[in-house]
Amino acid sequence: MNTEITRAGSSLNQEEHQSFHDLFEAYNGHEGDLVPLLQKTQEKYGYLSQEAINEISRFLKISENQIFGVATFYSQFRFNAPGRHSIKVCLGTACHVRGGQVLGEAVGRELDVLPGETTDDKRFDFQRVACLGCCALAPVIQIDSDIHSRMSVIRLKGILEKYE
Amino acid sequence: MNSFNTVRKTSLEKWQALQASKVPIIYLGAASCGIAAGAMEILEAIEKTLEEKKIEAKIIKVGCIGPCYLEPLMDIALPGKPRISYANVTPQKVPRIIESYLVKGNPEPRLALAHFGNGNHGFPEEIPGFFDLPMLKSQVRVVLRNCGLIDPEEIDHYIANDGYSGLMKGLLNGPEKVIEIVKEAGLRGRGGAGFPTFKKWEICRNTKAPQKFMICNADEGDPGAFMNRSLIEGDPHAVLEGLLIAAYAIGATHGYIYIRAEYPLAIARLKKAIGQMREYGFLGKNIQDSGFGFDITIKEGAGAFVCGEETALIASIEGKRGMPRSRPPFPAIAGLHGMPTIINNVETLGTLPNILRNGASWYRQYGTQGNYGTKTFSLVGKIRRSGLIEVPLGMTLRQIIFDIGGGSRKPFKAVQTGGPSGGCLSEEFLDTPVNYESLTAAGSIMGSGGLIVLDDDTCVVDLARYFLDFTQRESCGKCSPCRVGSRHMVEILQRITKGEGEAEDLTKLQTLGETVKRGSLCGLGQTAPNPVLTTLKYFRPEYLMHVKEKHCPAAVCRDLIEYRVVPGKCTGCQKCVSVCPTGAITGPRAEPHNLDPSKCIKCRACYEICRYDAIAGDAIIIKSARSTVDEQTV
Repeated sequence: MNTEITRAGSSLNQEEHQSFHDLFEAYNGHEGDLVPLLQKTQEKYGYLSQEAINEISRFLKISENQIFGVATFYSQFRFNAPGRHSIKVCLGTACHVRGGQVLGEAVGRELDVLPGETTDDKRFDFQRVACLGCCALAPVIQIDSDIHSRMSVIRLKGILEKYE
Repeated sequence: MNSFNTVRKTSLEKWQALQASKVPIIYLGAASCGIAAGAMEILEAIEKTLEEKKIEAKIIKVGCIGPCYLEPLMDIALPGKPRISYANVTPQKVPRIIESYLVKGNPEPRLALAHFGNGNHGFPEEIPGFFDLPMLKSQVRVVLRNCGLIDPEEIDHYIANDGYSGLMKGLLNGPEKVIEIVKEAGLRGRGGAGFPTFKKWEICRNTKAPQKFMICNADEGDPGAFMNRSLIEGDPHAVLEGLLIAAYAIGATHGYIYIRAEYPLAIARLKKAIGQMREYGFLGKNIQDSGFGFDITIKEGAGAFVCGEETALIASIEGKRGMPRSRPPFPAIAGLHGMPTIINNVETLGTLPNILRNGASWYRQYGTQGNYGTKTFSLVGKIRRSGLIEVPLGMTLRQIIFDIGGGSRKPFKAVQTGGPSGGCLSEEFLDTPVNYESLTAAGSIMGSGGLIVLDDDTCVVDLARYFLDFTQRESCGKCSPCRVGSRHMVEILQRITKGEGEAEDLTKLQTLGETVKRGSLCGLGQTAPNPVLTTLKYFRPEYLMHVKEKHCPAAVCRDLIEYRVVPGKCTGCQKCVSVCPTGAITGPRAEPHNLDPSKCIKCRACYEICRYDAIAGDAIIIKSARSTVDEQTV
């Protein structure tokens, strides 16, 4: 892809531009690439920054509005920087009937954080997810890539302490 | 065809060599659920023990075999002997299991769960056959036949177990014949609606177009359902072979697998399997010299329940908001990029190789008139034996919940079929045969296969609120009955669960529910009211108790319950005092504690610690605030 590397008016330096364009390399710039591109960007940077949306908008030649429209539609995308660790509390049906909601509240209380936010010390970000697919082991929470099954409010504190 | 015979021969040799292995083989259940239960710690413990004891053994990670409640599961096969299965393994148990069976050859009935042999295997009688266990006995494994038994990352294992021979048969007979066989078999879409698979295919096949697409719908969004994840993780090639068969039948040259990004292991398995297919000549321009060319792209869904709907899924692949559009035109005529497109569910595709290989009449031996074959379900909730099951259609809910699942510990109350789009069926429906028509007649749906069992501790009003809250959040917002109607329904339900409901709210819910059902554009809105309408119908007294008496009999609804200390049972161990985050519990050691309801935030910490860590075990109870039970006598 022949793309311009630096542009006036952008808050990114040349290196950061280059970093985005490395990401774009595998794509043709079709509209159908939007969701995969957003996923790749989030995989690399942890979230979708304003700058990232701007770069993608220029690359795919579609408006930032349209990109936000798509990105906010899907629950996977986040717009603030993640913490060092990521907590997902499962609120699937099986987890709900086994106390997932109380568990979610306990996480919020323990870390003083609301769903969708990151703690002030950047240690954890906290999300609620619809189902992690481990229903037989409910209730579950996921921290980074570890799934903690058959969770309880009292086990939570000890588990959180393992993540610094 | 010749090239396939060569491939098959090599695969068979590799498989037979494994069966005749001179070293013992340890099979470890390492699907997502197994890993969540601790399979990786078990793996570590196995490797460590083998090294310490200087034993040579091969370790194979397999998919989920079904009984999740027994996870982590590990099996050991000594040379020349069938596998013996060990359940609920802990890292501490591993050395004992290895020492007793691998070293001393004693399977120890006390440790062993079951064996995989048939006939003369020489195991003690106390060890039952795995497929004779109560949970498995009445199951029929067609789609799941390989899950937990083969290495999902080895295409040779799949081919040696008759894999890809269904496709080869199809390629020999031609696409029309494939459609004919699927028609005869009576296969209906396993995604939930039960539309005859061949009909969709026929429409697509007969539409003239420069290109056609075949999509596998693996966007398993129903909370409480994991059948598709397990199948892909345990036997990815079965789904891929099915995708090829379907593509060949409709004349598609390119396929997509639309899979939830929340399923990383399943995605990794698919990617690996697709690489192997390419290597073995099952993908590309001229598959096994048949002239049929096909390729597959994996699209990761970004988390939107509505994308399970066909037209929304297509919009999502096109890079747009996943919003459904009105049909017709149906995707079979104008779908992805305006081209004829077929979308089939993972399980539908996983069934196809079996039908092609064994024939339509073989498939029709399972199930009942109009509902042939088997269906997988994830059996979860308040049930003793939870996990992934596969049963012939027509089995009753009672057989599934009690014979297979072992019932619930507390009295059975209801079963929710079909996830958030389904309904909540009471005890009187237990003898209903599970098929598309009977579940719809009861006000529920078959759905993709989530079965959530509820006991007396579950509040159906809270559950209806939960489901509606879910569908309301997932509503794409395009049509107003769904967008506005579901929101109002949630608000009413919230009021009721808070004890602020009025009698007329029930009528409002009923009217609104029927309107949303009739007026919505897609399946999400058309089925969203089901949980409310069925609970209103079958559990009306429970709604009335919430509304009139402000009483939640299951003691679930937050604003209607209280935590209480039972003075006669409390030993004063102070464990609850130490975990209470608000200082609501007080009292000196060795004397019954006092719980101040005005400070209590109902976080459950005291209840759990009393249950699991304290001597009394049940001194803290959760009761409906209206309950007049005498605390001394509880």
